[in-house]
Amino acid sequence: MTPPVRNPTATAMALRTALILLIFVVAFTGLLAAAYLWTRPAIEEAAAAEKMKLISEVLPRDLYDNELLADSRRLAPAAGLGLDEESTAYLARQRGQASAIVFEAVAADGYSGRIRLLLAVAADGTLLGVRVTQHKETPGLGDYIEPRKDRNKERPWIRQFDGLSLATVGEREWRVRKDGGRFDSLAGATVTPRAVIKAVHRALQYVAENRQQLFTVEGTGK
Amino acid sequence: MIGRDELIEIRDNGLWKQNSSLVQILGLCPLLAVTTNVVNGVMLSLATIIVMGIANVAVSSLRNLIPHEIRIPVFILIVAALVTVVDLLFNAQLHELYLVLGIFIPLIVTNCIVLARVEAFANRNPPLQSAFDGLFMGVGMLWTLALLGGLRELLGGGTLFSGIDMVFPGLQPLQLLPADYPGLLLAMLPPGAFILLGCLIAWKNWVEARAAARHSRRPTLPAAPAPMTDHA
Repeated sequence: MTPPVRNPTATAMALRTALILLIFVVAFTGLLAAAYLWTRPAIEEAAAAEKMKLISEVLPRDLYDNELLADSRRLAPAAGLGLDEESTAYLARQRGQASAIVFEAVAADGYSGRIRLLLAVAADGTLLGVRVTQHKETPGLGDYIEPRKDRNKERPWIRQFDGLSLATVGEREWRVRKDGGRFDSLAGATVTPRAVIKAVHRALQYVAENRQQLFTVEGTGK
Repeated sequence: MIGRDELIEIRDNGLWKQNSSLVQILGLCPLLAVTTNVVNGVMLSLATIIVMGIANVAVSSLRNLIPHEIRIPVFILIVAALVTVVDLLFNAQLHELYLVLGIFIPLIVTNCIVLARVEAFANRNPPLQSAFDGLFMGVGMLWTLALLGGLRELLGGGTLFSGIDMVFPGLQPLQLLPADYPGLLLAMLPPGAFILLGCLIAWKNWVEARAAARHSRRPTLPAAPAPMTDHA
């Protein structure tokens, strides 16, 4: 041990302080790295389970027998999906035959920001289900597009889409009732459902236009 | 360890006298964004209690090692690292709870109440006291945010405890006002939160002013030994 210095120079002080800061940075970065590495497997597992749970809400379990998360394909950005980045679609198969596709779409014109949707469409073009996965609509007002927040628990708003297709619902019917279409909406909050209906309609048209590419089984790498 | 009077003082400061939302007015950003209902307010507060307790104990234990000049960067480092670790641990180990609390945990990094308590309390007090300070500051925040959230959702949509089914599946939110209540959008939006927070602050000041007036009107008693009846 060196004898205590009574008046350390400014440089020595600065160096000492910097060293202490460095030690703290290294120690806490180490802590972060350790926590990250230790928790990663569990978090990945939980995220996959989460994704499957969401998919199971739009896609009935008896429609596929493949490992859905492994059977993914990248979709190029498309106006029909409202996406300007790549997205991932999952192909459901039954005995090797493509039975449905699960993909994401975005409604850009919600009341406040983008509404992200997850859709499942059967190979014959029938909409199996739609769920809102992310939105910033006004709580208590526009958020009934989310079944969890919908006060109508028996038949949540978003379930109106189940079983529809471009073949059974005419071009002009893809609107809220107020605008002459077939879809219900709550008074005072029609901007939100309008955006969702438009996005679902566009997504169905996208599937119709890209059937070949979406449902070809050979398309995936494995 | 910790004296009884000391504990009572920490408790009173956290719950009322130095209430983080009503007196220190700290951490308004998440406060206004999140308190659209009781459940969100309580959840954010629970996440804050956890983080504030851990951060206070960590800083308090390390306080003699931290040079005064660089204490703020070190505090930020400690708080941010701990929030991230708590976030990761919750996600991995308590995933169900994480789905409910998870979105609130990252908000806490930006919540200056954590940094404020670390700087004002944990930096000068032993770990045990600091743990209690974090706990009671958090509980003070909890009741305030629950009250604010309750007022907002009641005025905004006529409901109470909406979103409770996310925390306890099976429970239903209460519909207190008739279902055709048109709703007051202002209460749901951030300006409404500011206005109601202002009302709560005014209410607290009114309660205190009244208590002070009553106290000064009372004839001064001779200094008696402190009453032993305690109702803690």
